[in-house]
Amino acid sequence: MMEYLNLGKISLLIGFVLILVGFWGLLSQKNIIKIIVSFTILETGINILIVALGWIKGRTAPIIDDSVEQMANHNVMNSIVDPVPQALVLTAIVIGFGVTALLLAYAMKLFRAKRTLEINKFNDLKW
Amino acid sequence: MIKNSLIALVLASFVFMFYHLYMSYEPKTELSGIAAHYAEHGAAEVGAANLVTAVVVTYRGFDTMGEVTILFLTASIISFFLKLSKKDEDKVIVHRGTSELLVTASQILIPIIFLFGVYVFINGHLTPGGGFQGGAIIASGVVLSIMANPNREINHHAILWIESISGIFFVIIGILGIFLAGGFLDNRFISLGEFGDLFSAGAIPIIYSLIGLKVGAEISNILNRYQKSQKES
Repeated sequence: MMEYLNLGKISLLIGFVLILVGFWGLLSQKNIIKIIVSFTILETGINILIVALGWIKGRTAPIIDDSVEQMANHNVMNSIVDPVPQALVLTAIVIGFGVTALLLAYAMKLFRAKRTLEINKFNDLKW
Repeated sequence: MIKNSLIALVLASFVFMFYHLYMSYEPKTELSGIAAHYAEHGAAEVGAANLVTAVVVTYRGFDTMGEVTILFLTASIISFFLKLSKKDEDKVIVHRGTSELLVTASQILIPIIFLFGVYVFINGHLTPGGGFQGGAIIASGVVLSIMANPNREINHHAILWIESISGIFFVIIGILGIFLAGGFLDNRFISLGEFGDLFSAGAIPIIYSLIGLKVGAEISNILNRYQKSQKES
């Protein structure tokens, strides 16, 4: 069992579960704030997924210090995980923050317009 | 009923897709392509111990500039969107004071939080962290100060100036890289220094400090807007 369930697979699994929870929330919730929360959960799942893809067994974070140098005979290439997905996720988190902030501002405006956060009440464009 | 089954259908197809992805996933055993180049030459070329920082600030510095621009756009759109009318702007709402515990604790904690934020973005090239994280920590200090004193007015002009000046200097440092070193946002026009020191890795600590200040100011600006929109009737 243990050889099938390494750290990479566990993180992958958590990422997939969070994505599913996020999608379920997006599709089934009626409250706008809950939809925004689902959105951030979905986002977190995707971020975990991307970081998990850069994982390599038995290696450490891509920060070169003494411990990294001592691993694998002073060869940095053989002792760190992939830094590129981590850099991508850093970007994705910041963009996610921006999106969430905008969504909250819109939610605030919508609440001011109708005094409710139920998405079913906003049916002006429905025909 | 039909809605619920549609949702179940969507989720089931996602589960189907993820199941195959999960089953065919093999962990990597070696760095490949560009990552191998970063690992092998990153320390010599950029001089940053934290390779993620090397990628974010130097190799992919242009993307980071786009990221900062997106954050700036978000802050501007929110400022525009939550703009108050003249009548609401002059309205004074006195909020109920918060508990003594929160007020006292915030007086002790806020300077420490700010200091920690500054530490995180200055050491971005050596330790986990960097400009965005440090900026977010600083903004969390601002949140605490607003929560402890809901009537506090954040100095809008100071935030605006910090944000503009750090943004302009970020671009200026990027352009200096074109003339004095290899290209836009190249950090090597200041000597790389000794590997692992605080003042090493050329311009990276300066760029990341500017990004940290900018991000902190932008998030505080967004918070300020949210706080002020309480006045809207």
